[in-house]
Amino acid sequence: MAPEAVLETVGLGVRYGETRVIEDISLTIPTRRVVAFIGPSGCGKSTLLRCFNRMNDLVPTARVTGRVLFRGRDLYAPGVEPADVRRAIGMVFQKPNPFPKSIFENIAFGLRINGFQDDIGDRVEASLRAAALWDEVSHRLDADALGLSAGQQQRLCIARALAVEPEVLLMDEPASALDPIATGRMEDLIGELRGDYTIVIVTHNMQQAARISDDTAFLYMGELVEYKETQRLFTNPEDERTEAYITGRRG
Amino acid sequence: MSPGAPRGGRFDTRLEARRRAGVRFMWLCRLAVAFGVASLVVLLVSLAADGLPALSFEFLTSYPSRFPERAGIRSAILGSAWMLALVAVMSFPLGVGAALYLEEYAPTNRFTTLLKTNIANLASVPSIVYGILGLAVFVRFLALERSLLAGAATLSLLVLPIVNIAAREAIRAVPDSLREAAYALGATRWQAIRHHVLPAAMPGILSGTILGLSRAGGETAPLLIIGALTFIAFDPLSPMDPFTALPIQIFNWTTDPRGEFHALAAGAIVVLLGVLLMMNAAAILIRNRFER
Amino acid sequence: MRKSEPGSASRVGERLIGALLFSSGALSIVATVGIVVVLLTESLGFFAEVSPVEFLAGTRWSPDLVPRSFGILPLVNGTLLVAGGAALIALPVGLATAIYLSEFASIRTKRTVKPALEILAGIPTVVYGYFAVTLVTPVLRTLFPGVGVFNAASAAIVVGIMILPMVSSLSEDALSAVPGSLREAAYGVGATRFEVATRIVVPAGLPGIAASFILAISRAIAETIVVTLAAGATPGMTLDLLQSVQTMTAYIVQVSLGDAPSGSIEYRTLFAVGLLLFLITLALNLLSQRMTTRFRESFR
Repeated sequence: MAPEAVLETVGLGVRYGETRVIEDISLTIPTRRVVAFIGPSGCGKSTLLRCFNRMNDLVPTARVTGRVLFRGRDLYAPGVEPADVRRAIGMVFQKPNPFPKSIFENIAFGLRINGFQDDIGDRVEASLRAAALWDEVSHRLDADALGLSAGQQQRLCIARALAVEPEVLLMDEPASALDPIATGRMEDLIGELRGDYTIVIVTHNMQQAARISDDTAFLYMGELVEYKETQRLFTNPEDERTEAYITGRRG
Repeated sequence: MSPGAPRGGRFDTRLEARRRAGVRFMWLCRLAVAFGVASLVVLLVSLAADGLPALSFEFLTSYPSRFPERAGIRSAILGSAWMLALVAVMSFPLGVGAALYLEEYAPTNRFTTLLKTNIANLASVPSIVYGILGLAVFVRFLALERSLLAGAATLSLLVLPIVNIAAREAIRAVPDSLREAAYALGATRWQAIRHHVLPAAMPGILSGTILGLSRAGGETAPLLIIGALTFIAFDPLSPMDPFTALPIQIFNWTTDPRGEFHALAAGAIVVLLGVLLMMNAAAILIRNRFER
Repeated sequence: MRKSEPGSASRVGERLIGALLFSSGALSIVATVGIVVVLLTESLGFFAEVSPVEFLAGTRWSPDLVPRSFGILPLVNGTLLVAGGAALIALPVGLATAIYLSEFASIRTKRTVKPALEILAGIPTVVYGYFAVTLVTPVLRTLFPGVGVFNAASAAIVVGIMILPMVSSLSEDALSAVPGSLREAAYGVGATRFEVATRIVVPAGLPGIAASFILAISRAIAETIVVTLAAGATPGMTLDLLQSVQTMTAYIVQVSLGDAPSGSIEYRTLFAVGLLLFLITLALNLLSQRMTTRFRESFR
């Protein structure tokens, strides 16, 4: 993979207490591409994703070994502030999790804590437009975010992440709580963001991975089995475990 | 393509200042935690310092007296023991019975909801109000005078909601499969309850009852209101006898301006806290031992 | 041999047991009605002699010294002074403790601090009263030479410590009920732990925190023994914490220790004051319950 790497892991392992969740994973995420992590549940794909913004720090028993490099800088080096990492590497979660505040405040929160110096209102609008939500909510920015539909809530969460200008967007099964129509809109949105952001998306849905990603990594029991261009992985898997999974013989 | 990703804004993240603010805030919180813990330590240490020297065989076995060196808590201990026994006898069957009714018998209707809200509200009625009720109903109207029975009835009313709520929780925790198994064998409702639900819920019910009793053992205000602050230099022998109790004796000695009596109060507190702590420990032990 | 009829005998038994259980349930209604009836009937006798306006708006409380006067405001003032002082201590300290336990503390710290607070919560009020008289008051009197043997400050401090565990444990419940996904969302846009705690978790838990505050204040208003022992029996309109005051509860104790005969106006004041106390605490408890219910519903 020739393009410039945004994220790179070297011998990355994570344990929760005594349980090894992922082990010895080395991969690079090229810039401005959509990379999908697939694999059966419990294979460690979400855990791997959460290493990229140090979200695993919040689990008291989690231990991370190896290195994660963001533009060559070790994210786990001493002195690195996790809050700084997370602003540059945004995240969208499995279930929509808007704050119990207004639509406006949901987006303004990240701007305020990060000391945004320009006009907050303009940035809220720009973020909502980028997340394809502006037309639906422009007339009711003061309304409670919890009153939005699940699909709208999830796009609000994307707008919230985009507002603080991340370079990378991590998405942890962002459509798993959505109905098919909302899922379709989510996939369209990811298509629109492609090229502006590096997107790493975890999904349990192989068709989705095939539709939206440039590259796909298959994880199995904490191990990186195969990682290549999506097209090639699905048409021409090299490892028999990958083949068994994508042909549905093992789920 | 996208309508343009938001980019190029200026951020002043002041990470160092934010980190320092967080550290300051955390120390403020630690200070608050230390205040609570320190209060407990100071309280226990000062009680031990004042109270332990007062403890002696004579102290435990003598009646109260005008002379501090002769005064003891015999009648208070006996009164408290009587009181707890009577409260247990009254509140356990009534509290558990009501719990069984609400969880196993009651239809889901307005009246049942009313009962449940009512019990929740009774649990937060000030104990002094129970004292007023006891004074008017048990002491004066039923002419029980200042007897153990009047005191125990008053405290039972106060403890009932506690026992009831604990018992209901324990009964609710019994899986439905157990009831269904009993019904499938042809058991009547009461047989299912008697042989399956109650035994399974008993640890929770018992621990809740003991916690309720330990609350009753430390209550002072209701007993003061029904007029239990009297000089008792004999052993109570029947539920109709007048009485004193440990909290009353402590209150009495604390109000005495003479410092010698404060040491006696501290001694009585050590005894009272010892008993209550043992009861609470027993409650926790029963719950941990039998649940799961 | 006679054929046994398992049906009829046990059916009667079943119904009898059902009836017995129902009556123990209905007893709670009897108790409630009893409280209301007792407080109301004796209070009605009181209000036949003293107008409710004089009772609720009068600023002089002198039920036995001629000229008699039954304005309850001095007792309400004493109650609020002590409860307010206690709240000043218990609410911020309790909330900070709750935030620490819910958002910062390690599991190990929690395991030591929480039982300590539970012990504090289980200590009988008379012990707190002893603590106020023998420890807090002497310290206050050394620090501030003008302070009397009885003063509101000592009672307020000790009642504050007494209700502290209630605030901390109920507020911690409220904070813990805030879904972890909200914390993740805030961390995800670059918030620090401090910002997550104070700008997301605390606002989201606010109704539950408010409910714990109200319940604690209600408990402080109802507190009897500490205020009787430490604050004294001087009804007055003072806001000076270093003065002696009398609370509603301390007055009720004073009357009942005085052995007032049934039917006398003095005996009846006990019920009138008790009624007001009951209504205030009931209103606060209902308010707290309503906030808790709303809080629970908001995270469905």
